[in-house]
Amino acid sequence: MAYLDHAATTPMLPEAIEALTNQLTVVGNASALHAAGRQARRTVEEARETLAAALGARPSEVVLTSGGTEADNLAVKGLYWARRDADPARTRVLASPVEHHAVLDAVHWLAEHEGATVEYLPVDAYGRVHPEALREAIERNPDDVALATVMWANNEIGTVMPVHELAEVAQEFGIPLHSDAVQAFGQLDVDFAASGLAAMTVSSHKIGGPYGIGALLLGRDQTPVPVLHGGGQERQVRSGTLDVPAAAAFAVAAQTAVERRERFAAEIGGLRDALIEAVREAVPDAILGGDPEHRLPANAHFTFPGCEGDSLLLLLDAAGIACSTGSACTAGIAQPSHVLLATGTDPDLARGTLRFSLGHTSTRADVDEVAKAIGPAVERARAAGLS
Amino acid sequence: MTETPAEPRRLRVLAAMSGGVDSAVAAARAAEAGHDVTGVHLALSANPQSFRTGARGCCTIEDSRDARRAADVIGIPFYVWDLAERFREDVVEDFISEYEAGRTPNPCLRCNEKIKFAALLDKALALGFDAVATGHYAQVITREDGTRELHRASDMAKDQSYVLGVLDDRQLAHALFPLGDTVTTKDEIRAEAERRGLAVAKKPDSHDICFIADGNTQGFLADRLGKAEGDIVDESGEKVGTHEGAYGFTIGQRKGLRIGTPAPDGKPRYVLDISPVNNTVTVGPAAALDVTALTAIKPRWCGTAPVGEGRYTAQLRAHGDETPVTAELVDGELRVVFDEPVRGVAPGQAVVLYDGTRVVGSATIAATTRATAAV
Repeated sequence: MAYLDHAATTPMLPEAIEALTNQLTVVGNASALHAAGRQARRTVEEARETLAAALGARPSEVVLTSGGTEADNLAVKGLYWARRDADPARTRVLASPVEHHAVLDAVHWLAEHEGATVEYLPVDAYGRVHPEALREAIERNPDDVALATVMWANNEIGTVMPVHELAEVAQEFGIPLHSDAVQAFGQLDVDFAASGLAAMTVSSHKIGGPYGIGALLLGRDQTPVPVLHGGGQERQVRSGTLDVPAAAAFAVAAQTAVERRERFAAEIGGLRDALIEAVREAVPDAILGGDPEHRLPANAHFTFPGCEGDSLLLLLDAAGIACSTGSACTAGIAQPSHVLLATGTDPDLARGTLRFSLGHTSTRADVDEVAKAIGPAVERARAAGLS
Repeated sequence: MTETPAEPRRLRVLAAMSGGVDSAVAAARAAEAGHDVTGVHLALSANPQSFRTGARGCCTIEDSRDARRAADVIGIPFYVWDLAERFREDVVEDFISEYEAGRTPNPCLRCNEKIKFAALLDKALALGFDAVATGHYAQVITREDGTRELHRASDMAKDQSYVLGVLDDRQLAHALFPLGDTVTTKDEIRAEAERRGLAVAKKPDSHDICFIADGNTQGFLADRLGKAEGDIVDESGEKVGTHEGAYGFTIGQRKGLRIGTPAPDGKPRYVLDISPVNNTVTVGPAAALDVTALTAIKPRWCGTAPVGEGRYTAQLRAHGDETPVTAELVDGELRVVFDEPVRGVAPGQAVVLYDGTRVVGSATIAATTRATAAV
């Protein structure tokens, strides 16, 4: 069995499992004033400090959420509402068209229900947003922009965005830029303070922590309108009793991932290159998706002309290889990926995609399994055609 | 290549799972028999909600979820395949144009012929599967010479061989019907599903045409073909009423005629004939529905075509009785003569011929001979 879907979720690190299970036996609501509450609060705050250190942020800039999707929604909707409340003219939202659905659908919702005008920033054939494109979009009317949102690295094709340059442009006009760094964290040098971002999303289960927890890194001058109202936890921005064990485990995973990042990125990049090489050898006309240079070290994305990604997935699954087509599902029905369509890929071609994503448990044996299985799978899938 | 699904060797089986109890139990039985089973749910509508909402029938997100849950419990891989485009072209469009031409099609037969045991089967074979399994109640028996026979299910009350009568030998060679060889009541199938931990055990049966959400065939056709008012006439040609589209009628239909003038004899009147050319529906007494013979086109044989005149039994609709006939293939057309006149035979429907429990073949009814030459 070769698990090559780490971008979907990656096995928990033993250190994180230990931190989680240790905390599961401890009682205490972090908002309570008694001794048990104080102990829980201390655990959460230590976790927050660890996360802040791992992400180049101040502890007060770490807003814990239930995961990446909630953090994206809080950033996009919350900042839109806050900026529009401050000035009703600000209704324009600038977004890359290759965002994860957690951002894309939130932006779309603002357009449908909150009077937002959404402008999708142009991307190149690799799905990259260029700083000039952002500048051009802002300069058309800097006063009506509520926020901009561009992911750090794409979850499907692995392309890395020029986040620092984009943030510089946004800062020049005093416009908050949010970035979904869910895939970048743990693979790239993700430093919130150095990035110049106003807000940034990270998720725990993509870096070896538990499911159900993530964080929105939020500059201290940002006061988004909450999505969840209640007890006023997390700077009054995100109410809800804090998940103490998950916070502790997330922090341990983040710290471990950052400590090991450089070596991990180099090793996994080498393995990924070997996988790309093997696939190209078996299927010479396979097209590598995404930016060949600016890409996540653990991501390999391919388009196989004449194949349906679903067929390939089925055949590889039967051969014990777990990967993804990388496209969204409606009742399980595959649709061509919005990311590929945004990069100008032909819709028929866009149906034949596979994403292999490596992680901390990946080995050379996994690559060998793909090398062995991919040729016959593509041959079969081609025979089955694009029905 | 001796791919004979009836043999007890381990096969790679693609189980079509509708989200209902029958196909779930069929998939479970195939897996239990030691086959390497993969479940697949066919998405037959590009926009699932537009066809049907609620727990019955097929094509909803809920059905897809039910099928997935069943596959997970059985412990087999599960995928959703989008065959909406093929289904629309081969089944829905055909259904509409057949009604438009004054005939009465059976979309389930069509779906088995063109989708489940064609589009789906071809893709399955290309991907390396040996057979497609469904929850139909019918049996495939492999003879000593390696050829296949399709037979009625052990349980006559559940038999669905009629809607499979369109399958040829090649299709049968790759068909698996795990429910066909056991005498089980629906309650027993539900009990088996329950025992296997399948949540669909209590799900209601579907009866209607899956792509007509509310079961209103006339409304479905009217939406697509528009209203076309025309005359309802009696056997003498005298106008007795009006209709809003001849396509909305089926031969033998009694209800919904809305004729103001009663028949001279006061007896109920039935649809005897539908003429799309002059948009006329002819009605008359029940006796005028008696059919003594029919001609059917596009025959398909579950094996080799029979030569010369033969004695068979014929079934004319999905849950109809069988009736003794003499049949012969003449110039590619099937001529069928009934021993006793039968009623309510509509062009477009399939006549399926049986030899005992064995399905001989099927053909699409093109014309009928009435006992009384009134029409």
